[in-house]
Amino acid sequence: MAGASNNVHRSIVTTESRSVRWLLTGLALLFIALFLVVPLASVFYEALRKGFGLYFQALVEPDALSAVKLTLIAALISVPLNLVFGVAAAWAIAKFEFRGKSVLITLIDLPFSVSPVVAGLIYVLMVGAQGWWGPWLIEHDIKIIFAIPGIVLATVFVTFPFVARELIPLMEAQGSEEEQAAMTLGASGWQTFWRVTLPNIKWGLLYGVILANARAMGEFGAVSVVSGHIRGETNTIPLHVEILYNEYNFVGAFACASLLALLALVTLALKSFVEWRAEKQAEAARRDATE
Amino acid sequence: MAFKQHSVLPGFNLALGYTLLYLSIIVLLPLSALVFKSSHLDLAGFWHAVAEPRVVASYKLTFVASALAASINLVAGLLIAWVLVRYPFPGKRFIDALVDLPFALPTAVAGIALATIYAPNGWIGQYFEPFGIKIAFTPIGVVIALTFITLPFVVRTVQPVLQELEKELEEAAASLGATRLQVFQRVILPTLLPALLTGFALAFARAIGEYGSVIFIAGNMPYVSEITPLMIISKLEQYDYLGATAIAVVMLGVSFLLLFVINGLQWWSAKRLGRRR
Repeated sequence: MAGASNNVHRSIVTTESRSVRWLLTGLALLFIALFLVVPLASVFYEALRKGFGLYFQALVEPDALSAVKLTLIAALISVPLNLVFGVAAAWAIAKFEFRGKSVLITLIDLPFSVSPVVAGLIYVLMVGAQGWWGPWLIEHDIKIIFAIPGIVLATVFVTFPFVARELIPLMEAQGSEEEQAAMTLGASGWQTFWRVTLPNIKWGLLYGVILANARAMGEFGAVSVVSGHIRGETNTIPLHVEILYNEYNFVGAFACASLLALLALVTLALKSFVEWRAEKQAEAARRDATE
Repeated sequence: MAFKQHSVLPGFNLALGYTLLYLSIIVLLPLSALVFKSSHLDLAGFWHAVAEPRVVASYKLTFVASALAASINLVAGLLIAWVLVRYPFPGKRFIDALVDLPFALPTAVAGIALATIYAPNGWIGQYFEPFGIKIAFTPIGVVIALTFITLPFVVRTVQPVLQELEKELEEAAASLGATRLQVFQRVILPTLLPALLTGFALAFARAIGEYGSVIFIAGNMPYVSEITPLMIISKLEQYDYLGATAIAVVMLGVSFLLLFVINGLQWWSAKRLGRRR
């Protein structure tokens, strides 16, 4: 009797009635379906609506291939650069105490709060023909804006914080006892980093790299400002999609867009996997600590 | 206090030196180019560029549409976070991962997809057409695109707080006679407030600067559906570098202000949670 009344009491306390739960879950799923699933599905539907033949033709067209190549180049340069930076910044910030640390963290996050269009513009103003260093660069015949180096620079800027902001809180939480122990046992600085720090941060590192890569390959606004939109030369996939779309070549535009949508799906899948692995690693570390 | 506290670990000078050098080259130097260029503007020229009626119309659209999109996501984000944390349903892990789609899907892809769906003959647009409601190529389309692009922010700020929320508080309130709605209003909502506001501010800040997803669906009609980032692009296309710089300075000012607000909110949020534990 006492148990029964206790049960009734609990069910009142901890959750809503069944109908309210169903209503709220239904509303949330409807919103997600309308705003996320429908746009995603439409990309593949529009790409394939005239059949697979035209779809593949749009993908192997020379301008599309050159856009794919440029997108890969931009990502292959910008992601490793920001990876090295992220590790260096996190090492300095998480393992040492120094003045001005919080200012430095704010500055590292800065590219996230700048509009992509402004991000492109600042490079035009620095190294464009009319820009700050423009006359000097023209004199030495170096072309950055409306050329590949400009696209790479803009991509580096927009992906700048990803790895660092993932690693800083992770390394701060881990502390530096393990590194100190390794140093005391006679390991060199590099040995300590490669054998102790890196295995501890590998999932966080990968997480940052995955997000940075998705942004690098998909960036539109910043790259659009510095690219000059020369077909087959300075177009990345997103810019190529824009050109095709504005020419009413919808199958071509959505075919190229579907490559990026696939990239997004792979990114989400990898991200979930890495989150799961990182959770397991953190749990194992907690268990070790309590033993 | 010395600049740096003593530590047995090596590599501080190398790591910090490289960090500062790289930060300067990639971020600080280009940003200072903006300041350098704007020094070529006198006050009258600056005012002329930023207070031009067409540009002012773009500020209004950008601010109102961003505020609306962030508000829609304030409600929808709380609902999605609530359902994901509290209710069991099949495919939950998949839905949870899908919430991040707007961060992973390139903005141009989102832009052309939304423009196609909400066009008068599109999947969703066709149901509004008979009522004379146009979504694509109007300011409503801008709100839709910004709602898509900022969807994850509130979910991802509220979700962890909701997970940490102690059931005991709700049980105590209920055993003192509070109804479920009262518990939500007086116990749960106040705890979530800092996270909700942080998510709103992050979404708003992102929406203000957004470009790729908006321009396809907006129609870009002067005075009606042009957003501020587009005004920078159109100034650049006319080789009006000073005009573009002036508008960019305004946008950057707003971004910094929002960054300040967001930092404040996050500090408040951390303090609030720390006290509860």
